[in-house]
Amino acid sequence: MESNEQPKKGTISIIVDIFKRSAGAMLVPVLAVFTAMLVGALVIWGAGGNPIAAYIGLFEGAFGTARALSETTVWATPYIFAGLAVALAFKGGLFNIGAEGQLALGAVAAAWIGYALPDVLGVQIPGFIHLFLVVVGGLLAGALWGAIPGWLKAKTGGHEVINTIMMNYIALNMVSFLLNGVMKDPNPLNVIARTPLIASGARIPAIIEGYRFHWGFILALVVAFFIWWLLWKTTLGFEIRTAGANPDAAKYAGINVARTIVLTMAISGTLAGMAGVIEVTALNYRHELGFSQGYGFDAIAIALLGKTHPLGVVLAAILFGAMRNGATRMQFMTQIPVDVIQVIQALILLFVAADAIIRYIYRIRTSEERMVLTRGWGG
Amino acid sequence: MELRRFAFIALIIVVMFGTIVAIGSSRTSPGILIVSMLATTIAVATPLTLGALSGLYCERAGVVNIGIEGMMLASAFFGWFAAIYMNTILKMPPLLSLWLGVLAAIVTGGLMGLLHAVLSVTFKVDQIIGGTVINLLAVGISGFFNRQLFFEKGSIFGGQVPHAPGTLPAFHVPILADIPVVGRIFEQQPIAISAILLVFFTHYVLFYTRWGLRTRAVGEHPRAADTVGINVARMRYANVIIGGLMAGLAGAYFTLESVPSFEPGMTNGRGFISLAAMIFGNWSPFGAWSAALVFGAAQALQINLQFFRELIPPQWAFLQQASIVGLVPYLLTMLILTGIIGRTTPPAADGVPYEK
Amino acid sequence: MMTQTDKSGNQVVLEAKGITKRFPGVLANDRVDFDLRQGEIHVLLGENGAGKSTLMNVLYGLYHSDEGQFFRNGQPISIDNPKDAIAQGIGMVHQHFMLIPVFTVTENIMLGEEEMKNAVLDRKGVAKKVRDLSHQYGLDIDPDALVIDIPVGVQQRVEIVKTLYRHADILILDEPTAVLTPQEVDDLFRIMRGLTTKGVSIVFITHKLKEVLAIADRITVMRAGQVVGTVTPAETDEHQLAAMMVGREVILTVDKPPAEPGEDILQIEDLHVADQRGLEVVKGVSFTVKAGEILGIAGVQGNGQTELVEAITGLRPVKLGRVLLNGQEVSGKPPRPIIEAGMSHIPEDRQRHGLVMSYPVADNLILCTYYIAPFAKGLVMNEPAVEENAYRLVKQFDVRTPSPFVTASKLSGGNQQKVIVARELSRPVKLLVANQPTRGLDVGSIEYIHSQIVAIRDQGAAVLLVSAELDEIMALSDRIAVMYRGEIVEIVQAGSVTKAELGLMMAGSHIH
Repeated sequence: MESNEQPKKGTISIIVDIFKRSAGAMLVPVLAVFTAMLVGALVIWGAGGNPIAAYIGLFEGAFGTARALSETTVWATPYIFAGLAVALAFKGGLFNIGAEGQLALGAVAAAWIGYALPDVLGVQIPGFIHLFLVVVGGLLAGALWGAIPGWLKAKTGGHEVINTIMMNYIALNMVSFLLNGVMKDPNPLNVIARTPLIASGARIPAIIEGYRFHWGFILALVVAFFIWWLLWKTTLGFEIRTAGANPDAAKYAGINVARTIVLTMAISGTLAGMAGVIEVTALNYRHELGFSQGYGFDAIAIALLGKTHPLGVVLAAILFGAMRNGATRMQFMTQIPVDVIQVIQALILLFVAADAIIRYIYRIRTSEERMVLTRGWGG
Repeated sequence: MELRRFAFIALIIVVMFGTIVAIGSSRTSPGILIVSMLATTIAVATPLTLGALSGLYCERAGVVNIGIEGMMLASAFFGWFAAIYMNTILKMPPLLSLWLGVLAAIVTGGLMGLLHAVLSVTFKVDQIIGGTVINLLAVGISGFFNRQLFFEKGSIFGGQVPHAPGTLPAFHVPILADIPVVGRIFEQQPIAISAILLVFFTHYVLFYTRWGLRTRAVGEHPRAADTVGINVARMRYANVIIGGLMAGLAGAYFTLESVPSFEPGMTNGRGFISLAAMIFGNWSPFGAWSAALVFGAAQALQINLQFFRELIPPQWAFLQQASIVGLVPYLLTMLILTGIIGRTTPPAADGVPYEK
Repeated sequence: MMTQTDKSGNQVVLEAKGITKRFPGVLANDRVDFDLRQGEIHVLLGENGAGKSTLMNVLYGLYHSDEGQFFRNGQPISIDNPKDAIAQGIGMVHQHFMLIPVFTVTENIMLGEEEMKNAVLDRKGVAKKVRDLSHQYGLDIDPDALVIDIPVGVQQRVEIVKTLYRHADILILDEPTAVLTPQEVDDLFRIMRGLTTKGVSIVFITHKLKEVLAIADRITVMRAGQVVGTVTPAETDEHQLAAMMVGREVILTVDKPPAEPGEDILQIEDLHVADQRGLEVVKGVSFTVKAGEILGIAGVQGNGQTELVEAITGLRPVKLGRVLLNGQEVSGKPPRPIIEAGMSHIPEDRQRHGLVMSYPVADNLILCTYYIAPFAKGLVMNEPAVEENAYRLVKQFDVRTPSPFVTASKLSGGNQQKVIVARELSRPVKLLVANQPTRGLDVGSIEYIHSQIVAIRDQGAAVLLVSAELDEIMALSDRIAVMYRGEIVEIVQAGSVTKAELGLMMAGSHIH
């Protein structure tokens, strides 16, 4: 190569560089988590509990045993998918608060194809084809539920924040209607709003017998890598990021911004839908009402804690999964309600979003570009 | 108001009221049905009206507030808790406890507003994220304290849900409430009445006072306001806190006026629908109120349908499903946001932090 | 301290001593001294970025100085916010007007100094005062009009009345002529003279040295944050002022061989375009730009130029009429096919349209070509090619950046514009649309960009140049079209008209 200014670097120095950069990038999130735990301890103490005992219980419950570890991954799996969904939308300048609904619809569609399709068609479907149909059906449902607010944004300017929230309520009402009605498990002993079990051929088998650790977690890691590749190594990723960072410049540069918005929301919805599909095919083998409560909002905190970077999302999702998982043991040991986790998670989001607070408390001077995520109501 | 929007509101009201008249007229006279629908509509529109006013104060000053939902939820909980605490532990009379509960709810809302102002004005956090923080925090805090204070064994109420002091009694508007048949509309509970008064008051404040002129200036062009000596940050703080107070009063409606109990997540998206009402109302108090009434009508329909359940003809059986009729407000919100019922213009600096 | 007078016997009403203002990485004001005498017009002259506006914003309380002191009639004063400045009788008309478009003139004027009557705003009472003030000073405005509905020249008068309403006797005008036609500038100068006879002292900020000599009593020149010197019009001329501003001799004209026009490249036929509010702002425009020529569009800002350019480049729908590029109809097409047909575009607002500020320079350099070889292989980006392109263009177009991988936001305005020029001129160009290509830049960058525009013309491209700077239009264009209220008033050969004639056309009069 001729250009002599171009710095030539050894592999090792590049790796050191990456470490330095990610250490810098992780500083604020780590301190945010730490500070939130500290404030959480105050809340626990104020409510009459022993914060140290509570956090020991939390840690043991999350990582203490092989089973605890396995359960943490079970919790983390949908968090990774939903967190990626929100993070990808953020990259495209869109705020997807609708992961909840997209996830629920993906799960319902997957469950229906899983238990009812062979009967409806009146044919035996070979296992792997059936599984394929279940997955595709679920993903399409999620994609559709994401694409609608995307399309409304692109065509009418209706703000996706309110529209995705409305789509959540619509989805939850619909799912409740279906699971209490036509899709309800007909087993006479069943009183719960849930679907029947899906056909055994459409299930993803367990990895280790006796543990709930499943292939979905591995898949989530693969998908996270894929999303990173998509965003930073492909022309589609360039379009998504450009439309997100500066839609006016994107239009000027010839990018079809409306199409990119719809596509971004569809991919985002697909990712959220995948969380639902995995729960149905690899874990519960059915969908149950109320199972998905709260994933959508947690996903926002995860995406922001992970700084909308896929790797960060994976780490944040594991943290959140560990908290949720460990909380049960914490409650068992210290009588502190699991709900305190929600307070801590909200505080994490608070400190990540208002990183100026963290920078002020810990006197961090590094100047970073402010993350521009969303705009006002706009046109 | 432009014709298209007026026609839309009229259409929705006619459809909602018409449905009830069509179904219920075999049992009750249409006049009484319409009056009853109207009274219910005004009552159930209360939190939406107040929520929209909450958004109005914030956004007219240039701060987007999607945290109304959370502000309402937290206020609903702490208002309810305060009322029970006053009544059960401090042995205060029920009515006084209820009013102190309302006060506690308003204060809670104000504090949430203060948090939003700190985030969006001082720390210049992305305002939609800031609102989301508030929503999440409200779910967490109300859920945690609900369980900790009421259901845990060692808690102040000894692990039992104590008896609530009831709801705020209805107020008879003098003279008007004595009119036969129609008088029923003027027999409303206090928060519902204050919501309507606040609509008029807000209109006056925004368009006829120094405060309103400065608030709108700060929301349209903060730098211009700054150059004539107006303290932008202070105006925004004050208005966002006032917005919080409004949301707090809306929260009190849920647990102190509507039903005497608290459920986690009981606001059920009403805060977000309030925002839609505010947008549909083009950021004006009367516009927001009329939009809130549209949503109120949809909800009144749902309530009245339950009442006339067995009269619903078989071909309209889906109307029996609460979860289907319950979709109407959400679908309406999305329809309104498409702008096909009339375009609206937000304050020019809405959602933009002011950098000197 | 006694009230101060200087040699000429005029009282010094305002004095700044040793004002220093630092921004991160920039010393915007470096121990600046400045004084203003009773009833004078004191011009503050300097290039963009010389620190003139910073000094006045410090004086007006919008920024806080790091060092230095202001004196009012000899007394030291401290100004922490605009309120203090207003209390000291200082009024400022900002470069970007500080008016609220959806408010009436009256509401804008009373804002911050509202008057109440019976617990409501006294709009009527204030409107009457505004009317009185406007008669007294010969500033014709309608108190009840919405600001959004009145022309820029009138908005400027509203701004002046706003300061008079607050009893200002020191008036700061920041680049007030940028939005005016030459004739409107004359009106403004007349108003300014009128104000000084009534005892108002005026600071007049500008970077256009041609108008300075006509109006100034004294001229203070600033360069790179420092005061170079203070002179009177009698003892100086344009060339000396230019040298003081820039620090070297400036070539005031562009070196440009005669045009050799070829075939028609851009043909506009009866084009109609609407703005955001749906109002038609381009009303039946027709013209042609040939290969190898520069057609300049002159006109005061806001006469439809922006919408015209957006329609040609595919950013705004065409209501009626045709746009042909190389004989092919492109009206109604989105930007990409137009770009692919050979259009390059230097947009009016470089930060809004021209750059993704959070992207590295390297990515900004492929903003329009990221999807084609060599930058993409199929759907996958080719990073080595992107890097190679970045290193090459940064060098070729003299972009001053520590590395091609720093974000565009870290670059100065001139270098940001060079990134855009590099990107747009580094692919085959048939038509260059350049809208305000040098707005807000320093002289060095302006000269460079002008030479690039002439160079691309000489390579056979058609150039459509839109500029509010009449000097720029006259220096670069081969033909000049004047736009007024959405129509082309006339198209003339450059050199066949004087600046005054162009000014008249910009106000809508036909010359020929």
